[in-house]
Amino acid sequence: MSIFSEVPQAPPVAVFKLTADFREDSHPQKVNLGVGAYRTDECQPWVLPVVKKVERLIVEDSSLNHEYLPILGLPEFRSASSKVALGDDSPAIKENRVGAVQALGGTGALRIGGEFLRRWYNGTNNTATPIYVSAPTWENHNAVFADAGFKDIRPYHYWDGAKKGLDISGLLDDLEKAPEASVFVLHACAHNPTGTDPTQDEWKQIAEVMKRRNLFVFFDSAYQGFASGSLDKDAWAIRYFVSEGFELFVAQSFSKNFGLYNERVGNLTVVAKDNENLTRILSQMEKIVRTTWSNPPSQGARIVSKTLNCPELFAEWKGNVKTMADRVLLMRDQLKAKLQALGTPGTWDHITQQIGMFSFTGLNPKQVEYMIKEKHVYLMASGRIKCVV
Amino acid sequence: MSIFSEVPQAPPVAVFKLTADFREDSHPQKVNLGVGAYRTDECQPWVLPVVKKVERCPGDDSPAIKENRVGAVQALGGTGALRIGGEFLRRWYNGTNNTATPIYVSAPTWENHNAVRDWTSVVSLTTWRKLRRLLCLSCTPAAHNPTGTDPTQDEWKQIAEVMKRRNLFVFFDSAYQGFASGSLDKDAWAIRYFVSEGFELFVAQSFSKNFGLYNERVGNLTVVAKDNENLTRILSQMEKIVRTTWSNPPSQGARIVSKTLNCPELFAEWKGNVKTMADRVLLMRDQLKAKLQALGTPGTWDHITQQIGMFSFTGLNPKQVEYMIKEKHVYLMASGRINMCGLTSKNIDYVAQSIHDTVTSVQ
Repeated sequence: MSIFSEVPQAPPVAVFKLTADFREDSHPQKVNLGVGAYRTDECQPWVLPVVKKVERLIVEDSSLNHEYLPILGLPEFRSASSKVALGDDSPAIKENRVGAVQALGGTGALRIGGEFLRRWYNGTNNTATPIYVSAPTWENHNAVFADAGFKDIRPYHYWDGAKKGLDISGLLDDLEKAPEASVFVLHACAHNPTGTDPTQDEWKQIAEVMKRRNLFVFFDSAYQGFASGSLDKDAWAIRYFVSEGFELFVAQSFSKNFGLYNERVGNLTVVAKDNENLTRILSQMEKIVRTTWSNPPSQGARIVSKTLNCPELFAEWKGNVKTMADRVLLMRDQLKAKLQALGTPGTWDHITQQIGMFSFTGLNPKQVEYMIKEKHVYLMASGRIKCVV
Repeated sequence: MSIFSEVPQAPPVAVFKLTADFREDSHPQKVNLGVGAYRTDECQPWVLPVVKKVERCPGDDSPAIKENRVGAVQALGGTGALRIGGEFLRRWYNGTNNTATPIYVSAPTWENHNAVRDWTSVVSLTTWRKLRRLLCLSCTPAAHNPTGTDPTQDEWKQIAEVMKRRNLFVFFDSAYQGFASGSLDKDAWAIRYFVSEGFELFVAQSFSKNFGLYNERVGNLTVVAKDNENLTRILSQMEKIVRTTWSNPPSQGARIVSKTLNCPELFAEWKGNVKTMADRVLLMRDQLKAKLQALGTPGTWDHITQQIGMFSFTGLNPKQVEYMIKEKHVYLMASGRINMCGLTSKNIDYVAQSIHDTVTSVQ
């Protein structure tokens, strides 16, 4: 008998199972509105032109080899990535109190940040420290923080199904009632799955409560540039919190805005009070990285680094990002217009009010099932659709 | 005041600190015998010719494989493979909580083994001697790090016999296949023997060294189960662990290795590249021993050619190591471990002389 005969079968990850089912479907009009990856108007993945260009430069560069990167990653990648989030003229960067850990996509950045907080945030054992994620949130948030060792993961009010928008009063109320020193995971822009972001005024309210109650800010930034088409606009919330003096983490992903999904390019930006604290923090993060992946993969980081650090390539990249964001906006406009033209019951303004890759349609689970089984249109059980198909 | 004012400074990872110190050293004859990365005779990193070729073009007969009971998890180097395997065993190996299950690592072993498994409490053998099926053993199939000393085939057979009888779990750490002897098959003998003896086991494979793809993090956790049904459940649980660690693995390195292994011509070319590296190491071993003997350096130096793989456990003690670094600017690990790849035809005389001076000056 096998040593492993008692190991139960784990359910598949829903979003990838959806794509697997879609692939097996032979219906000629099938559509996949599930997994969050950009598609062109021909429904193809898009390798960004700037990425293709930089990949060639890398292959031709005989000075490059495959020696291990430092544990914390490629230095020029880390600094350029943090700059993208915080802004070129960020005072925090000038004050030398911003550092970063190159990570395996946004997932890896969240995991390393989570592990660090569990070990070091408020005393040396934060397994009982509450960590709050939005209701709803990315399906993997809970599990990442659970595996990082947090035992008390709580939802905070976010989506108001009745008004199809942000439940700001519920959110603020949760902030007021959360135990001091609780950790809050905030989506920097283009909230997944609702596509609904706080306004600047709402962000200010959130920041005021968090500062007053000593709550820790952990930004998840997977869509910078993708939401509005502007990198700076999409980073407004992060920069506001930094300007308000918060120490905070930002888990950045370059999967979407660089289309580099499979090279696992992420960055955990750390903003500390001063350089001395930053140094100690990064030294502990090194220990965590060392037992997880030792040092990060090079390819994706080189592509992003080269692009961000060269003005012409950077400009070209911003253009590519705008291309993607604009196509999303166009699809939003057209979907709403067509639903209205069809006289579909309900209001559909939320489709154009929401922002980023996803839209929370408002379809209920039975309707979702009908869409998949009868119409061969694949979307998440939550009613979340991807706006570029 | 910072939220993080109580966070202590962690000490740096010893092997990388050594390299950092080496880089800052301006001595003209400095030598780095620390970190385990291959170097050419010009002391340069070597991008394997087959790797360059594959980068430019935009892919056996094991009974276990035939029986469809072998699966794998692409992982972030050997480290990632060990980590995923370790996490799985902790959750699922013997009951659903193995935090107290003893896990044994060789004395000495790769400096990161303990930490990768730092979720287990390693309990003394006497306490757990009576309990069965609880112990995990981490084995290196070839080119033991740091000692370069491997069991003979007969010794492996003895090890397997006890492990089978006492229901001990085998977790192989295979970071140097091909690099040790120059032959992939020879270096995999121990793994294949255990499989043929019917063990369910894990193999954490690294392609960092034998493909020179250190920074693309190419690893693989091979799982050999009793049958396909068990394998399926095991892999489903491993997916859950991967999903919260890195979601899915990086593509670049895996594509290069895959293309190479799956194409007969490229595969042959790769084996040639591996043999080139292994042969240079063997040459350096021969020459270092010969030079130490010619110098009449006190002690015996046969272990240099008896040991196998990238590393040699010289036998130098910590004081001697410190002398080597500070006085001779020859960098090696405090354990006395040297990376043979750091030796070249140009520096080997200096290194031999340095060892000689050290051994005769410092006890």
